[in-house]
Amino acid sequence: MDLFKYTAHELHEKLVNKEITAVELVNSVYARIDEVEEQANAYISMSKEEALAQAEKVDAKIAAGEAIAPLAGIPVVFKDNINIAGQVTSCASKMLDGVSAIFDAHATENLRKEDAVFLGKANMAEFSIGNTTDNSFFGAAHNPWNLDCVTGGCATAAAVAAGEAIWALASDTSGDLRQPAAYAGCVGIKPTYGRVSRLGLAAYASSMDQIGAVTKDVTDAATVLNAICGKDDRDSTSWAVETPDFTQALVADVKGLRIGVPKEYFGENVDAKIKAEVEKAIEQYKELGAEIVEVSLPHTQYAVRTFYVIANGEAGANFARYDGVRYGYRNMEAQSASDMTARSRNEGFGEEVKLRLLFGTHVLSKGYYENYYVRAMKVRTLIRNDFEEAFKQCDVLLTPTTPVLAEAYNTEMDAFAKYELDFTTVTANLAGLPAITVPCGMVDGMPVGMQLIGKVLDEATILKAAYTFEQATDFHKAMAPLGGNK
Amino acid sequence: MTKYITVIGLEVHAELKTKSKAFCSCSTEFGGAPNTHICPVCLGMPGALPVLNEQVVEFAIRAGLALNCDIKYFNKFDRKNYFYPDLSKNYQISQFDKPICLNGYIDVDVDGVEKRIGITRIHMEEDAGKLVHSGGNISTSDFSAVDYNRAGVPLIEIVSEPDMRSAEEARAYLENLKAILEYTDVCDCKMQEGSLRCDANISLMPEGATEFGTRAEVKNLNSFRALVRAIEYEVERQKEILENGGRVIQETRTWDDANGKTLSMRSKEEAHDYRYFSEPDLVPVELDDAWVERIRAELPELPAQRQARLIAELGLPKYDASIIVSNKAMAEYFDEAVKTTKDAKGIANWLLGDVSAYLNNEGITISEFKVAPAHLAELVNLTKEGVLSSKLAKKVFAEMLKGDKSPKILVRELGLEQVSDEGAIMKLVEEILAENPQSVADFKAGKERAIGFLVGQIMKKSKGKANPTMVQAMLKEKMQ
Repeated sequence: MDLFKYTAHELHEKLVNKEITAVELVNSVYARIDEVEEQANAYISMSKEEALAQAEKVDAKIAAGEAIAPLAGIPVVFKDNINIAGQVTSCASKMLDGVSAIFDAHATENLRKEDAVFLGKANMAEFSIGNTTDNSFFGAAHNPWNLDCVTGGCATAAAVAAGEAIWALASDTSGDLRQPAAYAGCVGIKPTYGRVSRLGLAAYASSMDQIGAVTKDVTDAATVLNAICGKDDRDSTSWAVETPDFTQALVADVKGLRIGVPKEYFGENVDAKIKAEVEKAIEQYKELGAEIVEVSLPHTQYAVRTFYVIANGEAGANFARYDGVRYGYRNMEAQSASDMTARSRNEGFGEEVKLRLLFGTHVLSKGYYENYYVRAMKVRTLIRNDFEEAFKQCDVLLTPTTPVLAEAYNTEMDAFAKYELDFTTVTANLAGLPAITVPCGMVDGMPVGMQLIGKVLDEATILKAAYTFEQATDFHKAMAPLGGNK
Repeated sequence: MTKYITVIGLEVHAELKTKSKAFCSCSTEFGGAPNTHICPVCLGMPGALPVLNEQVVEFAIRAGLALNCDIKYFNKFDRKNYFYPDLSKNYQISQFDKPICLNGYIDVDVDGVEKRIGITRIHMEEDAGKLVHSGGNISTSDFSAVDYNRAGVPLIEIVSEPDMRSAEEARAYLENLKAILEYTDVCDCKMQEGSLRCDANISLMPEGATEFGTRAEVKNLNSFRALVRAIEYEVERQKEILENGGRVIQETRTWDDANGKTLSMRSKEEAHDYRYFSEPDLVPVELDDAWVERIRAELPELPAQRQARLIAELGLPKYDASIIVSNKAMAEYFDEAVKTTKDAKGIANWLLGDVSAYLNNEGITISEFKVAPAHLAELVNLTKEGVLSSKLAKKVFAEMLKGDKSPKILVRELGLEQVSDEGAIMKLVEEILAENPQSVADFKAGKERAIGFLVGQIMKKSKGKANPTMVQAMLKEKMQ
């Protein structure tokens, strides 16, 4: 039985009905990994023993007639920047290769309580820097829809689409959860900033980093949010609010829902083929009874530059701890502490990371701080205000998740053009808003995602809108063929 | 020749006496085997996050109120970026543009002249770890190890205005500041252990000038003596430069205590650009009015108030009072002692005299002084009542230092009660007069000094116990 093909909620039913065991399930997924991993390169490390032990525990509970949590026994892959105590968190960097986490992330703790089964760690862009995995110390991952295409900023969604995991725990700073989910035909949700504790997530840009889920459908996304959200006293930026039961939002009904379509997300810089698919989705919503409202988010054009100034500034400080002193890569030839740090960082970080650190150092330096960092913070406020204004006219916003298809990365692009491709996703990070991507079409055999952005803490509405669309379409059921020349 | 005015501002770092660190729950205890009070937060492990210890804010507010500051109800933390192996994250969580306290002051008294020294700001921050060099110092070591026990211990930095004009004013400011931090119980102020650290900004300007000269920042001043010596050294160094037509350069210097001089560490050009920006892992601190008011209401008596009380209520001279209050533990000892004696001045005399001499000699503080305040009070009372002469009191005091016996018991055990019994003294007087006819004749011939000899003989015969005042009076009466 190809158990890896099912969603988490389907598998939960099968476990509870004793049609399958958790051990069979995890073995099925590992067998699939054995089959396709050579092509996909979605994994950095695996924890088969721990996974089997977790699965056995779940089977024992079921055998004993105990109730199990919705994610119990369901195999999950973690992006390799989220801590699992005792396992390496490499961030796909030479700098942290072999460095074991000594504590669980808050989300990991929560998933342990659920008895989830931890498969291993997924490939990613080094320290989440970049919108492809080309700079991973462990080699690039490949898109299961076309192995010649990129997976996007991490391989979590690729792993899910290839059947190498049932769902994935990932992080999103600039769209690096949603963009890969879109490219893999998955659902990806980035909750409101502060919904999920950042404890145990290796920081990139602390004011925007957020843990979320990549799943096969919206029901699974809501189920995962139920497990991982919640106030954590160890993260000062986590929201002190009750976590609602997100599965309550799984109602197929958008009658009267006001969906805002921001014109800035449908301009020249968006691939016409993607626009066509997203516009079809808009039509679909109309048919389903939603009200479509054209809105404007005028500062969108500054979003990427604003993001890069802030994110690189924060990253410059966040990555300063990787100095070869306490853990991680160390140059052994250096003759002084400062030389050791300089050489360790020069050799331990990849080129793009170093470029970003120089950028981040520059924008915070004396004489530049006012012009770059302070100004970016002001624009960030304007971007937030844009959303506030728009949400006076609508309940959710609908946009393409990505402006280009995955194959666009196969053509030569200069670095800044590449950065600009994040404009559809970084705005939700800058404003701290919840956003979900759901598959909404196919172009040239590759999935296309549409994004729904919600108000602060209003994951329920985007889940409901996404669920309604999903119930009316079949895009989420398509399987990645693992084709291509690779 | 040009006269120069010295301009001094101090930056004081005080380690707060919280039980746990500023941003995690590790112990702040001093000492401890290296790297035993650490956790992922202290070590800057990936994914570790700081959480502000509320006690740090409480102590900063308390210090700010005691130092007459405006408490900022909205303040925030920033990252101060620089690389150093003892700084685990390679940034320090500090407060830059929105510190918790602004605009305070301390009134100091130097040689009877009152002066108000402004406090620019107080901010909260975390301490760094410590490098342990394998050799004697960093340049002669083969390797260095890092101990992160101190990493994350909370500090407040108290920055003064450049209001001080002499080493003595700087010393008085630091003494007052130390006393206030001790009274408010926010810092244990052990300069040797580094829980109170001082940097001085020192510059000279010609008399009549309107702008300050270029300053040197002197670090590593870990005693009052070092502060005074470093300022005096810097004043001479800068004066020499200026008098030879040179220019003082803006730089950071370190105090070399062994050689009694300041040495250049880095110039302005080499100074760090700390690239401060708001700490995204912490939310801004928004203070609740009720909290601040509760802390204000709970402020203990401060040194200035205590000094006023000792003068007004107990009649102590200002000098005595100022010295006693400058040391919280001594002031508390004093308060305890005067509960059982009416002779406050007597207690002050002992504290400023023999007790201080003993403590200095032993190299201990009054907190480690074994004589109970009530016993010292008893000794004062015995002297006041005439049971002990001041000479015998010193003898009893010496015995008190050896154990915990009360003066009364010691007086009895040593048989030292002063004899004030008229009959007994008269008997002694008569005996001595009979034994020394020559002296009696001398006295009668007008040699006043002869009486001294006779008193001495009686005291000798009584083993010092005869009440000298009575002896004197009765001798005179008898010889008249």
